[in-house]
Amino acid sequence: MAAVLESLLREEVSVAAVVRWIARSTRGSEDNPGEAAALSSLRPLRKEFVPFLLNFLREQSSRVLPQGPPTPAKAPGASAALPGRPGGPSRGSRGARSQLFPPTEAPSTAAEAPLARRGGRRRGPGPARERGGRGLEEGVSGENLPGAGGRRLRGSGSPSRPSLTLSDPPNLSNLEEFPPVGSVPPGPTGRTKPSRRINPTPVSEERSLSKPKTCFTSPPINCVPNSQPSALDTSPWGLGLPPGCRSLQEEREMLRKERSKQLQQSPTPTCPTPELGSPLPSRAGSLTDEPADPARVSSRQRLELVALVYSSCIAENLVPNLFLELFFVFQLLTARRMVTAKNSDPELSPGVLDSLESPLFQSIHDCVFFAVQVLECHFQVLSNLDKGTLKLLAENERLLCFSPALQGRLRAAYEGSVAKVSLAMPPSAQAVSFQPETDNRANFSSDRAFHTFKKQRDVFYEVLREWEDHHEEPGWDFEKGLGSRIRAMMGQLSAACSHSHFVRLFQKQLLQMCQSPGGAGGTVLGEAPDVLSMLGADKLGRLWRLQERLMAPQSSGGPCPPPTFPGCQGFFRDFILSASSFQFNQHLMDSLSLKIRELNGLALPQHEPSDEDGESDVDWQGERRQFAVVLLSLRLLAKFLGFVAFLPYRGPEPPPTGELQDSILALRSQVPPVLDVRTLLQRGLQARRAVLTVPWLVEFLSFADHVVPLLDYYRDIFILLLRLHRSLVLSQDSEAKMCFLNKLLLLAVLGWLFQIPTVPEDLFFLEEGPSDAFEVDTVAPEHGLDAAPVVDQQLLYTCCPYIGELRKLLALWVSGSTGRSGGFMRKITPTTTTGLGAQPSGTSQGLQARLAHAFFHNQPPSLRRTVEFVAERIGSNCVKHIKATLVADLVRQAESLLQEQLVTQGEEGGDPAQLLEILCSQLCPHGAQALALGREFCQRKSPGAVRALLPEETPAAVLSSAENIAVGLATEKACAWLSANITALIRREVKAAVSRTLRAQGPEPAARGERRGCSRACEHHAPLPSHLISEIKDVLSLAVGPRDPDEGVSPEHLEQLLGQLGQTLRCRQFLCPPAEQHLAKCSVDLASLLVADQIPILGPPAQYRLERGQARRLLHMLLSLWKEDFQGPVPLQLLLSPRNVGLLADTRPREWDLLLFLLRELVEKGLMGRMEIEACLGSLHQAQWPGDFAEELATLSNLFLAEPHLPEPQLRTCELVQPNRGTVLAQS
Amino acid sequence: MILTKAQYEEIAQCLVSVPPTRQSLRKLKQRFPSQSQATLLSIFSQEYQKHIKRTHGKHHTSEAIESYYQRYLNGVVKNGAAPVLLDLANEVDYAPSLMARLILERFLQEHEETAPSKSVINSMLRDPSQIPDGVLANQVYQCIVNDCCYGPLVDCIKHAIGHEHEVLLRDLLLEKNLSFLDEDQLRAKGYDKTPDFILQVPVAVEGHIIHWIESKASFGDECSHHAYLHDQFWSYWNRDGISQCCSGWCGTPGLSDSSASASQSAGITGVRKHFLPGILMKCVCK
Repeated sequence: MAAVLESLLREEVSVAAVVRWIARSTRGSEDNPGEAAALSSLRPLRKEFVPFLLNFLREQSSRVLPQGPPTPAKAPGASAALPGRPGGPSRGSRGARSQLFPPTEAPSTAAEAPLARRGGRRRGPGPARERGGRGLEEGVSGENLPGAGGRRLRGSGSPSRPSLTLSDPPNLSNLEEFPPVGSVPPGPTGRTKPSRRINPTPVSEERSLSKPKTCFTSPPINCVPNSQPSALDTSPWGLGLPPGCRSLQEEREMLRKERSKQLQQSPTPTCPTPELGSPLPSRAGSLTDEPADPARVSSRQRLELVALVYSSCIAENLVPNLFLELFFVFQLLTARRMVTAKNSDPELSPGVLDSLESPLFQSIHDCVFFAVQVLECHFQVLSNLDKGTLKLLAENERLLCFSPALQGRLRAAYEGSVAKVSLAMPPSAQAVSFQPETDNRANFSSDRAFHTFKKQRDVFYEVLREWEDHHEEPGWDFEKGLGSRIRAMMGQLSAACSHSHFVRLFQKQLLQMCQSPGGAGGTVLGEAPDVLSMLGADKLGRLWRLQERLMAPQSSGGPCPPPTFPGCQGFFRDFILSASSFQFNQHLMDSLSLKIRELNGLALPQHEPSDEDGESDVDWQGERRQFAVVLLSLRLLAKFLGFVAFLPYRGPEPPPTGELQDSILALRSQVPPVLDVRTLLQRGLQARRAVLTVPWLVEFLSFADHVVPLLDYYRDIFILLLRLHRSLVLSQDSEAKMCFLNKLLLLAVLGWLFQIPTVPEDLFFLEEGPSDAFEVDTVAPEHGLDAAPVVDQQLLYTCCPYIGELRKLLALWVSGSTGRSGGFMRKITPTTTTGLGAQPSGTSQGLQARLAHAFFHNQPPSLRRTVEFVAERIGSNCVKHIKATLVADLVRQAESLLQEQLVTQGEEGGDPAQLLEILCSQLCPHGAQALALGREFCQRKSPGAVRALLPEETPAAVLSSAENIAVGLATEKACAWLSANITALIRREVKAAVSRTLRAQGPEPAARGERRGCSRACEHHAPLPSHLISEIKDVLSLAVGPRDPDEGVSPEHLEQLLGQLGQTLRCRQFLCPPAEQHLAKCSVDLASLLVADQIPILGPPAQYRLERGQARRLLHMLLSLWKEDFQGPVPLQLLLSPRNVGLLADTRPREWDLLLFLLRELVEKGLMGRMEIEACLGSLHQAQWPGDFAEELATLSNLFLAEPHLPEPQLRTCELVQPNRGTVLAQS
Repeated sequence: MILTKAQYEEIAQCLVSVPPTRQSLRKLKQRFPSQSQATLLSIFSQEYQKHIKRTHGKHHTSEAIESYYQRYLNGVVKNGAAPVLLDLANEVDYAPSLMARLILERFLQEHEETAPSKSVINSMLRDPSQIPDGVLANQVYQCIVNDCCYGPLVDCIKHAIGHEHEVLLRDLLLEKNLSFLDEDQLRAKGYDKTPDFILQVPVAVEGHIIHWIESKASFGDECSHHAYLHDQFWSYWNRDGISQCCSGWCGTPGLSDSSASASQSAGITGVRKHFLPGILMKCVCK
């Protein structure tokens, strides 16, 4: 593996080739043979490259960031390791911290690095182990983070910020374990050991050769905080290790001893003894952030190369988890201090030329440089993160300093972003209302059963309320407090049907409490207005935000938290566990499966890709919300289904191995799956609904036990998911197939799934050519759900709260940096001293919202649906109405203003952009009327609609309440949209109008506005223009020849033709500008041919030529057509083009009188100016003519010029007489 | 008026390697007096275009161009007034307008250092007076007016026919009181590809449901149906989410003695999802 990286670094192979090599099993045609040869010898190592690369990077970074600043866990590790470490921070052991995957034996081209790593481990078993165990956690979740520890605490009690948890960890007094960390917030200091950790790689030689499992991110299920309160033991790293790893336990014991020895020996960690060969610098100097400087980056090229390979691997989805890698990169970006690598180098690699032997990151500058390089490649992903993260990124001064371009793009993305994400807690419990259709006596076998059900219902809600009251109290235990009552209640359920009733209630309650579409009370209160606009205004909105900041989970436990049951979900989980009733579980599974199937098959509205209109946004938002509700419900149900279905197979003991495992496998493969998820997944992929199916499937699978991935059935599923994962290349512009955010969601959930401990990580790096095979599977309808933009950032962050860790990392950087204020950790300053309690309902608005909620609760669900439907439609219609009335009026105003502007400013009219600005500044203020108009519209329309849709018999009071709520909701919806978008809408429309006007005015200003339609009496019976062009063309082709002797046209036909032309030109119905242009040009050509007497006339040879008089008559007709009927420009100057005048040269005898006649008439009718004609005649002289022709031409022009400017009657007969040349006189 | 497939094939048969000139068209008209000139011209034009598409390549090799140019030069030197270029085109069986373009391009290459841009050539073909060489200008003009299948004039005629039939179609729809959205309205709504008209309320014609009407003022032969179906109709189909059937104006541009009823003259022959050649061969003349 290292060999590959080295050949890369030595520039033997290109990055692209390497990525191709990794991604595809066969050699791509584009590879150059040399590279291919270099790589093909390494063929067997192909699938190990990515794990190697990831491990390598973490290892490298671990050398530079050994004291990942505020993470205390790091320090003891470092110092504790000192005595036992002969070779400095040997890579193998250090790296274990972040060793994603166990190093495997490189078969043939034994690379130095793995050997060295093994060696390192061999030499220092104890420390290595210890550091491995904890280091990993740091690398992945801990650094800078109020990570898993915070979560643990919150799980057992208060939802407070992590900084509040600092009081309870075990040994704060231990300077070595918890050294002072300067200006960084004290938050993480107090954490207990996070639970998310891997099982450290065992150190024995034998074990390292096998593939020990390193679940590096998530604890086994049984370590989920609440389920094992005893896990809060004193050993900071003793959590979550599956018991049974004997040697590990022993090693740990050794470590502990070692550590205590250390404690006695060296109380001050700041002075590492040099003979220990520690690369760690003095702690004292490293309390402040080290500034990163782009100029001080060492080995730029190498970093760039590695960054490129790394980025390409990420981009090709060769890494299991996109966001984990981003998190790692962010960590590098925000690394605070570094270790000066000067004394570590020589010791590590004395005289080794190997490029891998010198550390990749030699300074903080290198880290930041590398991070920025990688981030640059992933701008697209970054730009789709939430607004808060973008802001922090854009404000990161390291980013600015290393890549101003990237920073600029991020800032632009931030400013354009509307992706505000609120992670508020779901609203508090609401009892499921009485369901008359199912909860009536007729559905029960006996009175007794019905009675029991009613009683159970009461008990259930009693239990629920009690849980609500107490579960946050420290020391309260679910099982102790409620277990017996629950079991007693379950015991009463005797009849099978009672179980199904209770399960239905349970499931409904679960859905109602735990899925949170769009944050707290979103449907009733609408979305919180924009922060700026509500400053000082909307108290309620502000309170929501305050509450959100106080209540929202601050940490979800690092970038890859284990599956948990946050909030209310905990109640249901504990209820299932405490009830421990197999009937209940079975019924629950049946019910959940049914509901999942139902929701998964739900036909969700299809998006029309061509609709980009503003108003469709309004409709689309509703559809997006519906998708979000369905998806979140599905995920919740699937999570519980997975939990219940795999419950019997999960236990604290480690996964079985060997024969035992085989027998278990044989047994389990007989068991049919609780829900045929494989088929559902296949169908979902085929129907392009992966964006709906995969997220819930992931939830389901996340609860699988260790055996599950080994079963054929589930293995198929995992392989399908892997292929899907690989195929979701973000940079591929395949919007038609799947939207970007949809892809991002799938990548996030899949990445998370691949990090769950029960999923064997070698599964991910299976040697298969997945993506090619995958395409075949999905020959499917063109517009599936995948192609619709159903996912927004809110949904993404709701489904994957761990993405928010990125933001926290950046926020911590901001808050931890010296001399900075603001940022994420802003102080909350109450603006009033009264009424700002924790009760947002104190305001009338909140009360109103709660009243509405209560109102609906007591009414049949159809009422609510109706009201919401009406509000939805009326709100949307309102926007459309405003657009058609107010906005259209403004656009008309804009057009007239623009005309004025153009008139005053003259032809050029000024810069269009400037014009637009002027217009917008004048018109946009009128947009404010939109709100009033919208309010009025909703007020007018909603009540009628509600009345029409509700049953006639609805009581008046209910009806009026429903109407009022509908009006309120519709108004809110419309006004929210209008206030946010009206200016942009006006702007867009005005812009379109301006460009339309300018275009119309553009090339031929004369033609603008002067086009007449045909007269009112016109019946449009004129010949069609196409017909005329074709007729005239025939005449032209006849005249130009070649022609048969008997071909020709009759003068009558010509006259008729010109008459028809007049008709056509007068009836504008069928005339389009190009046709008119061509008609004009053809008529000019015709005139030239007439003048030159080139038109063959039918009849006896004597009459072969057109009579003078007839020719003049035809010319007269043409002149009047040009004058009266053509509305476009006629290219009359062509009459005097050398080509047309040249026609005269061919005729013998030459006749000039018609031309002279034509020229005079042109002037007389004002069709051409004298000057213009003179200019044309002048330019004619420049052409080359036969000698005599040139003379005659000169005579003609002299004659024409000699005429006085005002035509006089006697001159009309003036003739060009040149009898000696045989020129025929004009006969006027 | 509907043309049977046999009639169509008979006409097409006569058109094998016939030069696209006035004379050929006249002969065709004598042969098929019952067909309107517009129908014949339309079929002629389409057949000829197919022919040119097949043979286009061989005229564009540099050797061919060079030999044509030399022949042209020799011919012009002998007699500048003779229809050198036109005869050349007819002899080598190539459209005169296209030949004119070929020679003009070659001529400009020789006389100007830089290769002429397409727009320059187009504008010279539209207005041969701009051609610097008078003889060539006349030759080119002759080719253009004598070509009834290619050239700027023919293009304009085709365009005009398309426009006229759109107007006719609109009038018919208005007359029949069918509510529709036209192309401009659709574009304003943000459609990128639109048919000429979308009916706001679908109608049924001969058992087929019509959602939209596209006026294709050209003869609807099998090949063009395939092409249009591929290029346009499916994209409408996708956008408008239409289930059953799309329809085309498969008529030739026709005479204006319209006595046919509206539904006939709407020229709707159901182009069904599953292509039916029998229906496609209908040619509707207004």
